[in-house]
Formats: sequence, C-alpha cells, structure tokens
Amino acid sequence: MDIPLSLVLFDNLIPAEIMENEKNHIIPYRTFLLVLAGLVLLTLTSVAVTKIYLGTFTVFIALFIAALKSSFVLRVFMHLKFENRMFTIMVIAVTLLIGVVIIITLLDYLFR
Amino acid sequence: MSLNMEIHRDDLASKTGMWLFLFTEMLLFGGLFVVYSVYRYRNAEAFHLAAHELNIFFGTANTIILLISSTTIAMSITAIQKKNKNFALVLLGITILLGLAFLANKYVEWGHHIKEQIYPGSAVLALRGQGDVLFYGLYFFMTGLHALHIIIGLVFIGFIVVFIIREKITFDNHVLLENSGLYWHLVDLIWIFLFPLFYLIT
Repeated sequence: MDIPLSLVLFDNLIPAEIMENEKNHIIPYRTFLLVLAGLVLLTLTSVAVTKIYLGTFTVFIALFIAALKSSFVLRVFMHLKFENRMFTIMVIAVTLLIGVVIIITLLDYLFR
Repeated sequence: MSLNMEIHRDDLASKTGMWLFLFTEMLLFGGLFVVYSVYRYRNAEAFHLAAHELNIFFGTANTIILLISSTTIAMSITAIQKKNKNFALVLLGITILLGLAFLANKYVEWGHHIKEQIYPGSAVLALRGQGDVLFYGLYFFMTGLHALHIIIGLVFIGFIVVFIIREKITFDNHVLLENSGLYWHLVDLIWIFLFPLFYLIT
C-alpha cells in the first residue's frame, strides 16, 4: 500500500516524458526577468488607460489587463505551463466558478 | 542500506495539497469580489468619487514591489536547482524586504486615511453617505485581509530561509520552497485584481 496518492490520481494524465522532466525542469533566470518586464509594462498601461475616459469600458479594460497579468503569473511564476495539466484544469474550473457566481449575482440585480 | 531507511516523498501530492489550499483562498477572496461588484453596481457614483481619494502612485508602487518580489522568489527556485544556495538565500532575502516595503507603504496609506477620520465606523465617514461607507469598508477589509496574507507569506518564507540554511531544502528536495512560492504568487495575484478595482476606477 505504498503507492503515492498522486500516482493513483494522475497516472493516466501524465505522459511518461513529462514525469521524467518534471523534477529536472529548470526555468532560466532570463525567462522570469522578461515576464517581470511584461508585467510592469502591463501595470503602467493599466494606469495610463485610466486617464483616458472610456466610460463603462474602463472597468473591462482594467479587468482584461489584470486577467492577462494573472495568466503570466500562473503560467510562468506558478509553473502551470510546465506542470501536470490537471493543475491548469483545476485553476480554470475555480476561476470559472467565481466568474459564474459574479455574473449570476449581477444578472439578479440588473433584472430584478 | 536497508529498505526501511528510504524516506517516502511525494512531491506531486505535496503540490496538489498546496493548490487545493490556494483554491480555498481564491474562493475566499472570490466571495469578497462578488460583494464588491454588487455594491459598486448599486453605488457607482460614490465608488467613483471615493476611489479618487486613493493615491494611485502608492498603489502602482506597491503593485510593482509585489511583482518584483514574485520574480525573486521564482528565481530562487532556479538558484536552488542549480545548487546555488547562497544566491537562493539572497533572492529570498530580497523577497522578504520587498514584502516589508509593501507593508510599510500600506501603513502610510492607511495612516493617511485614518488621520482624515476615514475608517470603518467613523462618524465623519458615515456623514458622507452609504456609498462611501461601503467603499471604504470593503477597501479596509479587502486590503487588510490581503496584508494579513502578506504577513503570513513573510513568516512562511522566513521558515524556508532557515530550512535552506540547515540544508533541509536542497537542489533535489525543494518542494517546500516551491509551495511557499505558490502562496506568495497567489497573494500577488489577488493584489493584481485589488489594485485596478480600488485604485483605478475613473
């Protein structure tokens, strides 16, 4: 009974070569610095966009940029890009759950 | 070497456990974002005006501070994998310092609001109307809860530093460092959404 739980859960989802590489995958420093540059640029863009009056679009642009930044953080910093796909699927599921709850709640307030 | 000596380790399970915990954190803040969207929808004008009093410069500076700290903790994993223990420690030290800088900024910001009699339960704030009360209530609660997470993250990273010094975390056993990184990145992720929703309402 010494089989790791994760193997039971994920065995069929992980191709053998990823299993091999997973432990040894080293992300170069440069990748992180490039992502940081991108994130800072997006932050400054987000602040600059606020100065332009775009009405209701403003909040959508701000959220779009925030989502874009999150995907960078999740994929590179949090290694989702190099990890078992199961993690990505779970993150998407939780994000969708929160999104759906917000949309349904707002629909209630909009059409009540 | 007897077989009994072998220490059982399952990094994937360890990471899965961390992610499951992070999902509960996402749902915790998700619930607050639901409250935020409803209150903002019902008090659009007041939220718009109240947000103008927040200092965009401090908000942007704190965003960039957190982004850099996320980068340094991510890089420390690479350093450990390359058996560069000292560089990993330096990177984690920078992460901790940036986390403290974030808190110092928050202290100045909150101090400024409190000096102007703007805090939950304040009589001055109550006179300004329901929308302002809701905006600042959410602002203090959500950024406060986030700051609490920063403090927990800093303690977590502090332990990791000790583990690295004592060689409990090494180039072939660094899942704890990765998990602390995941926690720190999540705190960064939450701020990525808090920043535009509180500071960048025009």
